[in-house]
Amino acid sequence: MAAVTMRLPVPRGAVAPGVPRGGEKHLVAPGDTITTDTGYMRGHGTYVEEEKLIASVAGTVERVNKLVCVKALKTRYNGEVGDVVVGRITEVQQKRWKVETNSRLDSVLLLSSMNLPGGELRRRSAEDELAMRNYLQEGDLISAEVQSVFSDGALSLHTRSLKYGKLGQGVLVQVSPSLVKRQKTHFHNLPCGASVILGNNGFIWIYPTPQKKDEEAGGFTTNLEPVPLSDREVISRLRNCIVALVTQKLMLFDTSILYCYEASLPHQIKDILKPEVMEEIVLETRQRLLGLEG
Amino acid sequence: MASVVLSEAEKVYIMHGVQEDLRVDGRGCEDYRCAEVETDVVSNTSGSARVKLGHTDILVGVKAEMGTPKLEKPDEGYLEFFVDCSANATPEFEGRGGEELGTEIANTLYRVFSSENSVDLKSLCINPREHCWVLYVDVLLLECGGNLFDAISIAVKAALFNTRIPKVRVLEDEEGSKEIELSDDPYDCIRLNVDDVPCIITLSKIGYRHVVDTTLQEEACSLASLLISVTSKGALTSMKKMGRGSLDPESIFEMMETGKRVGKSLHIALQKILDEEESLGTSRQKVGFLG
Repeated sequence: MAAVTMRLPVPRGAVAPGVPRGGEKHLVAPGDTITTDTGYMRGHGTYVEEEKLIASVAGTVERVNKLVCVKALKTRYNGEVGDVVVGRITEVQQKRWKVETNSRLDSVLLLSSMNLPGGELRRRSAEDELAMRNYLQEGDLISAEVQSVFSDGALSLHTRSLKYGKLGQGVLVQVSPSLVKRQKTHFHNLPCGASVILGNNGFIWIYPTPQKKDEEAGGFTTNLEPVPLSDREVISRLRNCIVALVTQKLMLFDTSILYCYEASLPHQIKDILKPEVMEEIVLETRQRLLGLEG
Repeated sequence: MASVVLSEAEKVYIMHGVQEDLRVDGRGCEDYRCAEVETDVVSNTSGSARVKLGHTDILVGVKAEMGTPKLEKPDEGYLEFFVDCSANATPEFEGRGGEELGTEIANTLYRVFSSENSVDLKSLCINPREHCWVLYVDVLLLECGGNLFDAISIAVKAALFNTRIPKVRVLEDEEGSKEIELSDDPYDCIRLNVDDVPCIITLSKIGYRHVVDTTLQEEACSLASLLISVTSKGALTSMKKMGRGSLDPESIFEMMETGKRVGKSLHIALQKILDEEESLGTSRQKVGFLG
């Protein structure tokens, strides 16, 4: 039966003042004066003009001893060494792939940074170069780690571990990088029945939990068998929950996603994207998270 | 058209999902995303509407101007469509990139409205063979999030519903020259009857089934789609096949039936929201673009 719902637009309201937030944040817009004290060092997102420290981006002011920087809320991904990212291959070049990771420049995945079947210390031969497209094509998704940052800001990635590599069936959600919390591990097997990779660059990958431990993981052979309906429902629900959390600007980490999933269980999967249901679920998640801290 | 690149595995996942009637965002094959409709957003037009369907954002403005009727239809007014794909939607539309898509959509709209009964064109006539109202319908694509044609047709219907054409009186001079007098009262105007205005339903074939209201990702998985325009009573006014793939005549028939069913629900929902907006009158809080 077809279901078509239409509604009148509602003005975007600010987060309810009654909702407690963790600490007071100093929010600035471009052009706002942060401080007139000259003793501070200027960090990212600031500049000095007429002895005043002024913000150049819209975000929150962070201070570490004498260093003042402004962390923008909506920004491209700025890579750090050791970050886990999920990227999409855009080009196949000589001995390397260009990967799109929502940063200012495309990241680079060198052929030598890739795990090839045959062992770790195999020398990359000319046949490997010609067969690059057999491993990763344009449009493929990979999970990788940032190895280094070039001088122009481009990232160099590597997949030299069995947990990284080409991704199979699943759903990709693209969010702002500033909403992904930095944690010890970004690969989570959620108890609700699906797994999630929270890329630091804002690409979230949701996929069905693999049944058995593959020896050839970092897999070059993608499993194209149909995913069972129960797993699909979990994945769709998780995807909608993540979209709800992002719309309400809540930080994404495994606990917040799990609480949001549990709060959404009474509703139908497609109803989660309705504005009033979204607000209700995220409010419940927020309260549970505060209860966890306190 | 704006498109995303997907990996093979993602496409297979989407296709298998459609087979089991559970799409990536939890919808069924015949469900639409929640649409936001608002009329009267542009002040210097005779009628306007803005429709947001997921990530697709369309703005339509209708301007009523005086013109001469066409030679073959001397006692009717007419509609002119123009579609502008703004570079706001995707960088591919920069410069003249969006022209091809714009002309395709405009031609589709002409075809959809080519049926005689969609809009009462005789009511747009002022003086046969001399003066008539020409409605210039301008469509602006602000964001491309899949399913452009459906969103555009919903916006066009809402804008036509909102259009207010000033009432004119024709005064005859002694010499026989006619003068047209516009009434002073800004609320003295004629409204169009949009009961028979059709809406476009796009049915895309993914695997062995067809879906309505595709997102950009689902569009990348579908090779062929059928565009049909349906009136609120369920009558088909036009049909067009798009895409590189082929369609079986059996599936075309099934898609037409689905389209008629979905079209009726779409018209009911749209009319309900337009009536609700109308009943709020001046107390309605206008959201517009900065809401």
